[in-house]
Amino acid sequence: MYDKLWLIPFFPLLGSVINGLLGKKIKNEKVIGAIGTLAIASSFVVSCVYFFQLLGDSEKVHEQVIASWISVGSLQVDWGFLLDPLSALMIMVVTGVGSLIHLYSAGYMHGEEGFYRYFSYLNLFCFSMLMLVLGNNALVMFIGWEGVGLCSYLLIGYYFHKQSAGDAAKKAFVVNRVGDFGFLLGLLTLYWTLGSEHGVWTLNFVEIAKHGHLLGAGSLVVTIITLCFFLGATGKSAQIPLYTWLPDAMEGPTPVSALIHAATMVTAGVYMIGRMNGLFAMAPDTMMTIAIVGAATAIFAASIGLAQNDIKRVLAYSTVSQLGYMFLAMGVGAFTAGIFHLMTHAFFKACLFLGSGSVIHALSGEQDMRYMGGLRKHMPYTHITFLIATIAIAGIPGLAGFFSKDEILWWAYASTRGHWLLWLVAAGAAGMTAFYMFRLVFMTFYGKERLTHHAKHHLHESPFVITLPLMVLAVLSLFGGYVGVPAILGGANHIHHFLEPVFGHSTETFGISAHGSHAAEYGLMGVSIGIAVVGIALAYLMYLKRPELPGRFVASFQGLHRAVFNKWYVDEIYDALFINPTKRLGTFLWKGFDVVVVDGIVNGTGKIVVACSKALRFTQTGYVHNYAMSMAVGAIVIVAVYVFR
Amino acid sequence: MITVHHYLILSAIIFSIGTFGVLTRKNAIVIFMCIELMLNAVNLTFIALSHHLGNLDGQVFVFFVMTVAAAEAAVGLALMITFFRNRESIEVDDINLMKW
Repeated sequence: MYDKLWLIPFFPLLGSVINGLLGKKIKNEKVIGAIGTLAIASSFVVSCVYFFQLLGDSEKVHEQVIASWISVGSLQVDWGFLLDPLSALMIMVVTGVGSLIHLYSAGYMHGEEGFYRYFSYLNLFCFSMLMLVLGNNALVMFIGWEGVGLCSYLLIGYYFHKQSAGDAAKKAFVVNRVGDFGFLLGLLTLYWTLGSEHGVWTLNFVEIAKHGHLLGAGSLVVTIITLCFFLGATGKSAQIPLYTWLPDAMEGPTPVSALIHAATMVTAGVYMIGRMNGLFAMAPDTMMTIAIVGAATAIFAASIGLAQNDIKRVLAYSTVSQLGYMFLAMGVGAFTAGIFHLMTHAFFKACLFLGSGSVIHALSGEQDMRYMGGLRKHMPYTHITFLIATIAIAGIPGLAGFFSKDEILWWAYASTRGHWLLWLVAAGAAGMTAFYMFRLVFMTFYGKERLTHHAKHHLHESPFVITLPLMVLAVLSLFGGYVGVPAILGGANHIHHFLEPVFGHSTETFGISAHGSHAAEYGLMGVSIGIAVVGIALAYLMYLKRPELPGRFVASFQGLHRAVFNKWYVDEIYDALFINPTKRLGTFLWKGFDVVVVDGIVNGTGKIVVACSKALRFTQTGYVHNYAMSMAVGAIVIVAVYVFR
Repeated sequence: MITVHHYLILSAIIFSIGTFGVLTRKNAIVIFMCIELMLNAVNLTFIALSHHLGNLDGQVFVFFVMTVAAAEAAVGLALMITFFRNRESIEVDDINLMKW
């Protein structure tokens, strides 16, 4: 019944190979774009089929094994796929949003040299992400994990002629690697502990969920394992301390930022925690750490986003901040809320990034918001879709972002593993989110036109192939939240029931739930709406009604503004603490060890041979009697040895 | 009585004279003659011991030695003729180009 699961990752892989090998010969952009888009769209069709089949199926967990990979003793690792509600939701998001972005890219990347390379990498990315999400064991997930990191590097460095793009790509890959080290440590510790101490040698998720309790709830080893996995998640999903690569990753083309750094790759960490929720539920210390890191990242990144002038930077910091919300949710035990926010965030963040791409495209490459303004008259579709997505992210009731964000805030306050401080920090970040997002909208689409002549030259609404994905995503941002309307607002919270088979066991076993009075729930909901409205009003005041206010604010808080504008100097701190010492160590190992010791040994051997030959050549005197004498002496010595033995 | 010891001592003396000649004389032809002396001394040893031990192997081996001596003399003289053509001299001191 579920035996064609392998088609889902296979189509993008096929598209990637075709475009990669033959793309240079097929010079026709339409064909290349069509191959890429059709590949991922086919995956979407198959995903839909299986999603709806799963909805009607009473058995919710299905595995399909293609081939055996490692079969050693009692360890069995397969090339296998796991379809359950969590992975079904993820493949829908990845292939759905991915298809829209492929379509968008076909228009956006028009005229780029290396058009085929872009689509090859984008399809390869989708393949890796689908392997990550569908893998039935931790090793297949790790393959996908590494693959998305690689494709992120390839795509950020797409404009490889630019020094800054190459640097950003390297930074992304290296920081990701640090996280991957954590993931691998966690994986190996889990494997070893389960195996050597309990005799269960496995890396399969279903078996880990079944036997994970053997590790002992709350034990040190479970805490260590989950913390290592969380380190991997901080790298991939850009949390403190490994978030610094994501703002720099805006060097890549805008659709790449939309797909990889908003909707899919950065959500891999959240997915991973969801997949192994059994282990994480057993480690309350780790969950508290995750919640704290998530909340801290949310407010920290939001604070930086307040002062940025590049439109993509604001969105990048917004992504880091929203990911913080997802991790906060996972940390307080609101697994469903975290995944729900992942889904709604994919919709409105992709819409925002693609919309910003449309703006940048129309302004012939201008990305600084100080030189935008009044664009709503020129770009109506972009403006409306962008506004809808912004309202969604601000958490205004009725749109998608409200339901998911509100559920997270409620659980942060009321969960058995939550704390009111976490709620306070998250609420503060929500206010900041509303402020900086509407600041972005007002500076870009409203107010006075501050465009340069060059930008005004080609100002036009983007073509249909670009605005169609925007409209689809805007509709999803409007209505996508209705699958999760909470009970107190009269909804059935469908998504909670859908994900129940995945998370229900852990939440029941460890008694993780949100308990609080209805009054408290309504009260908090009202507070978060109020904060959002205040943020929007403040942005309106400072950027539309009285535009001289920001300048005055900056002048009176110069130090604070400088710190925030310079991202709290985190990159500089990392440079001083980690990068420069490593560079110095590398230089020492190069000049002090490789050149002196290794080359010394190799060259020295040669020098010794030359010295010996210089000494030995004096035996060749050219005088025949010397040779005759040495022959005679040699003969005597040999005979003497035998005679006197 | 002339015993085998006399032959052996005689042979040793002739061998030593030959060796001394090889190491000392300058003229290449004289060196070849000394080499022949050494070879013949060895022949004498072989024959004396063969007669003393009653085993014919020594005398047979003498034929081999003589054959080799003849061949080697021929080759050596050919070498010297070639050398003389180039250097107008057959003194071994003049064969000194292959020095360090």
